[in-house]
Amino acid sequence: MPIQYYIYLCLALFSIGIVGVLTRRNAIIVFMCIELMLNAVNLLLVAFSKVHNTMALAGDKTSMVGIEAQLFVFFIMVVAAAEVSVGLAIIVMMYRNVHSVDINFLNRLKN
Amino acid sequence: MSKLVYLVPLFPLLGFLINGLLRKSLSKSAIGFTGSGAMLASFVVSLLIFFDVKNGGGATVQLFNFIHVGSLIIPFEFLVDPLSSLFLLIITGIGFLIHLYSTAYMHEEEPMHFGRYFAYLNLFVFSMLLLVLGGNYVVMFIGWEGVGLCSYLLIGFWFKNNNYNAAAKKAFIMNRIGDLGFLLAVFWLIVKLGTVSYASVFAAVSQLSATDITIITTLLFVGAMGKSAQIPLYTWLPDAMAGPTPVSALIHAATMVTAGIYMIARSNILYTMAPATQTLVAVIGLSTAIFAATIALKQNDIKKVLAYSTVSQLGYMFLGLGVGAYTGAVFHVMTHAFFKALLFLGAGSVIHAMHHEQDITKMGGLRSKLPITHITFLLGCLAIAGVPPFSGFFSKDEILMAAYNTNPIFYYVGMGGALLTAFYMFRLYSLTFLGNFRGTSHQQEQLHESPIAMTLPLMVLAFFAVVAGFVGIPELFAPHAHALEHFLAPVFADSAAVVLACHLEASTEWVLMGTTTVLIVIVIVYAVNKFKKYTAAEPNTGIAKVLENKWYIDELYDAVISKPLHLVAGFFKNTVEKKLIDGAVNGVGKLVSYGSRQFRLLQSGQVGTYILMMVMALVLFIIIWFNDNAIMYYLHKIF
Repeated sequence: MPIQYYIYLCLALFSIGIVGVLTRRNAIIVFMCIELMLNAVNLLLVAFSKVHNTMALAGDKTSMVGIEAQLFVFFIMVVAAAEVSVGLAIIVMMYRNVHSVDINFLNRLKN
Repeated sequence: MSKLVYLVPLFPLLGFLINGLLRKSLSKSAIGFTGSGAMLASFVVSLLIFFDVKNGGGATVQLFNFIHVGSLIIPFEFLVDPLSSLFLLIITGIGFLIHLYSTAYMHEEEPMHFGRYFAYLNLFVFSMLLLVLGGNYVVMFIGWEGVGLCSYLLIGFWFKNNNYNAAAKKAFIMNRIGDLGFLLAVFWLIVKLGTVSYASVFAAVSQLSATDITIITTLLFVGAMGKSAQIPLYTWLPDAMAGPTPVSALIHAATMVTAGIYMIARSNILYTMAPATQTLVAVIGLSTAIFAATIALKQNDIKKVLAYSTVSQLGYMFLGLGVGAYTGAVFHVMTHAFFKALLFLGAGSVIHAMHHEQDITKMGGLRSKLPITHITFLLGCLAIAGVPPFSGFFSKDEILMAAYNTNPIFYYVGMGGALLTAFYMFRLYSLTFLGNFRGTSHQQEQLHESPIAMTLPLMVLAFFAVVAGFVGIPELFAPHAHALEHFLAPVFADSAAVVLACHLEASTEWVLMGTTTVLIVIVIVYAVNKFKKYTAAEPNTGIAKVLENKWYIDELYDAVISKPLHLVAGFFKNTVEKKLIDGAVNGVGKLVSYGSRQFRLLQSGQVGTYILMMVMALVLFIIIWFNDNAIMYYLHKIF
């Protein structure tokens, strides 16, 4: 399968994420959109890794070229998991305090 | 002996340090003793050096390298030769007498100010000694600036009086104008010759072009104009009367104003090679002599009359320098130092007795009350008027004869000045000492002769004012009797070799000398008779009023220089400073505060806006990143 399809898909996911972040006011949805962007990038990394590795295997059967990107993806997923837990904790605390998950509500911190 | 020459300025310097640092803890007698003692010690060393030089001694003493930059080496050196040793004697000798006199004259001052006074006085003498002893123009310049500073400090000694401060500032600023000329001349010498030491400069004088010499000598003369109070920079000297009277004596007789004469006499070979400058020096000197003498005719302040007479006598010295009579000029410096110090200290004694009254129209009849002051003052007047055989006669005669030799017009004008001198000095004398007392009865009761510390210097100075002329007996009276000329011959040898001295015929000289003397005596008798019966001042009219107001020169300077300067300063203050510079500075401040107020609106606290901006910025960066070549291309096209 050509690499372009992966790129289109990732671009679509990433754009959806950005638009979601920019337009939605619910903190949880914003959060989900951020995860969407993160995973769009992850998908791209895996796709490129596979393409590179396939090209390298044509010359050398035991080649490991490009395989480290897949390791990166695992790192990102671990970090994202940690981030999600912190972020959700913040949202829970926010809800407890202001009984809302509207991010515009947060501008009260301004002054 | 010449190796010990550094002791001469060292003693006054030590005196300055001791009196200056310990002025709050020392008693008055200790301060006076330190100040005068330093001068006496210095005088003794000077005397030894003088006799050493007289017996063929003298040397250049290098102490250390003052400036060493690249190929330019300026050592801190002292030059001991006949000229400097003679000046050493004048400065330390008369300086000592003035210090002694001051211990009595300044006795009413508080101990702290008393110490300050003697510290300044010692520093003054130290600077002057440095000026005279310096073996190059740079060391001379240190002393040159030093005396300028000290004159400022001493003229403004009574700093609580604002007029005195103004006089001090005037003296300082006028001197600065002259100093600039001196400094430029030194720079010119360094550029052209790469050295400032007298010996090497005078040896290399033939390498300089005529223009260079003329410029250098003219610039040096500008320095001398400021320091020695010549037209147009003379107005500070009469105002310098604001200082205590002994300071006036010191400035006028032993230090400061003779600096210009000394400098030109020292650089005599340069001036001999620049006839144009010499003419300038002679003309300026002669005009100053006449000009100041006319002003002195109508002054009523005892010190002002003496001040203008100093300006006038300095004019004679410059006339002597200008016509090549270097010995005559130095001779006149010496005799003038004696009789002018005498006259000033005598005036101080009168002022002391009159309880700080300086107006001679309010004096009169002091002859019987102040016998010693009276006799010594009379001798001083006779000396300055040029009555034979007093000292002024010989020195003035020598200058006038040399002037006649150069140009008879110089002689006639100079003689006119001499007659004016005789007139105003005896007007001063008559108004002060003859006739009836015109002051208050309180002053009359309190009249008293001054203490011994004040009369002793008067007597010593009077003695020298009478006899000092005999070191320079003219060729006419006795061949080869001019001791001073023989003594100074080595210093002026180079100039003498260039200029062929053509002596006047004996008969001409007799006639000139006789006429001058007779006229002077007539003028003296006339002046004494005219002012003996003086009762009250009638208001002056016409030319007399102009003279009383000093030709309105101060007003002229005010209108021509001060006022326009004030206008320019006002323009810069109100327009350039306030509108332009303040406007620019405040404008930047306003721009920043306005900009920050606008940018603050961006920080709304809306998280969505922040993210939007972040995304937009990222998009922008990406666009730039991928299109940098195209952007650079368009940028090049635009600019």
